[in-house]
Amino acid sequence: MKAWLSHHRQSASLAWRRLAATPVNSLLSLLAIGIALALPAGGQMLLSAARQLAGTATATPQISIFMGNTVDRAMANDMRSRLEKQAGVKRLQFITREETLARMKAGAGLRDVIEALPANPFPDAFVIGVGDERPEAMEKLAAELRKWPGVEQVQLDSAWVRRLDALLKLGRSALLLLASLLGCGLVAISFGIIRMQVLTQHAEIEVSRLLGATEAYIRRPFLYHGSLLGLGGGLVAWLLVTASTLWLRAPMAELAGMYEINLALKAPDIVESGLLLVFAAVLGWLGAVFSLRQTIENT
Amino acid sequence: MIRFDRVSKRYPPGVDALLDLSFEVSEGQVLLVGGHSGAGKSTLLKLIAGVEKSTSGAVLVGGQNLGGLPTSALPYYRRRIGMVFQDQKLLFDRSVFDNVMLPLSISGFPPREAASRVRAALDKVGLGKREKALPIMLSGGEQQRLAIARAVVGRPELLLADEPTAHLDGDTASDVARILLEFNRFGVSLLVATYAHELFPGGNRLLLDHGRRVG
Repeated sequence: MKAWLSHHRQSASLAWRRLAATPVNSLLSLLAIGIALALPAGGQMLLSAARQLAGTATATPQISIFMGNTVDRAMANDMRSRLEKQAGVKRLQFITREETLARMKAGAGLRDVIEALPANPFPDAFVIGVGDERPEAMEKLAAELRKWPGVEQVQLDSAWVRRLDALLKLGRSALLLLASLLGCGLVAISFGIIRMQVLTQHAEIEVSRLLGATEAYIRRPFLYHGSLLGLGGGLVAWLLVTASTLWLRAPMAELAGMYEINLALKAPDIVESGLLLVFAAVLGWLGAVFSLRQTIENT
Repeated sequence: MIRFDRVSKRYPPGVDALLDLSFEVSEGQVLLVGGHSGAGKSTLLKLIAGVEKSTSGAVLVGGQNLGGLPTSALPYYRRRIGMVFQDQKLLFDRSVFDNVMLPLSISGFPPREAASRVRAALDKVGLGKREKALPIMLSGGEQQRLAIARAVVGRPELLLADEPTAHLDGDTASDVARILLEFNRFGVSLLVATYAHELFPGGNRLLLDHGRRVG
């Protein structure tokens, strides 16, 4: 056991020395791996931010009913009574046109524009929560409400959240595809480097075999080499993603503030960083395994 | 120690390197294998080292039939024998010390004990003061002595040497032969493929010609 551990230590140290022996080549390889990993890792950071945005928006289906500008308060009260009795309506909120005007003036930097208008352009509105949240049931209710007198427009408010959710799903799938492709790229880089190493160390492999080295003994330094390549590339990717996040955080916060949305970029936390490094090391190791399977048996 | 029982080795596409060869080497004995180039000397050593397998017949070393040895057991078998190659097969990017350390690292020796064994082996072949040098900095004779140190550091039961004195001048060749015979005096069986039988006085001889025993 002691000898086995000692050989692992020696193999790791030998792999490190081989990496350090060609610093320029090693650095360029690490950079290539790092950039390949930084793309999906950075994409994941952006997606997390977008998910945060979607999380703050209500995904509970609701229907907004906008009244015509000719509708007075008495008609609106009438409408309210009808809605309270309407089947399928679970909650009801009446938002007066004055409330909407005040809210719009308070935010989103539109005060000057709104104050320049000759009259209040906003209609009275009802926001209703429904009992049956199935899309077809909601659509049926909305269609019925559209026929009511005084109703200008009926809008299903959960639609944009659903669209955003669908976009996020698409983003996740695209990211997974990108990560898989670039992961294959990392495996290929490690494969090529280890193949070259095996060819360079041909004499040592031959002598070691003659002196009684097992195949595991011969392969071990190359496996460490592959893992170190992956790990180093992962570290480069982590640095790139963290630096980019810090660089973009302030302008992103400023932009989000203008739209009053909660969109903040976060640097990878300790778990995400650990996963990135482990994932990278495993891919590097995998490249070495494939390479050894291909080359060392013919050496 | 070694028994060849009607051993033949044929390489594709039908070249016979050894034909129906039988001989025995007992423990502590010296066997000098002679013959012209292509006689089958190196093939014989490769069969004993487990690098090649015989086409027919049995090769037994220490009572073990190498033909029946599983591939996974071969490395452990090789650790019991020391090999000196004609081209030495030294690692030129490693120091003298590290070259000799290699078989002990492979066998998993504790580093401290291994270092002390390496120094003893280097002292024995007269390279004690060159342990930090790279093999390229050594003369041909010193390189051969380094190869011997690497072969004996694991204290093998059997030492195989393929033309260990080839390409060396008279005095250096005698020096290398003397060192090999010294290890034989400690009980190591020695099998040497060589033209220079006179350098190994007292050794038994096996003469090959086109893979057949002729003397």
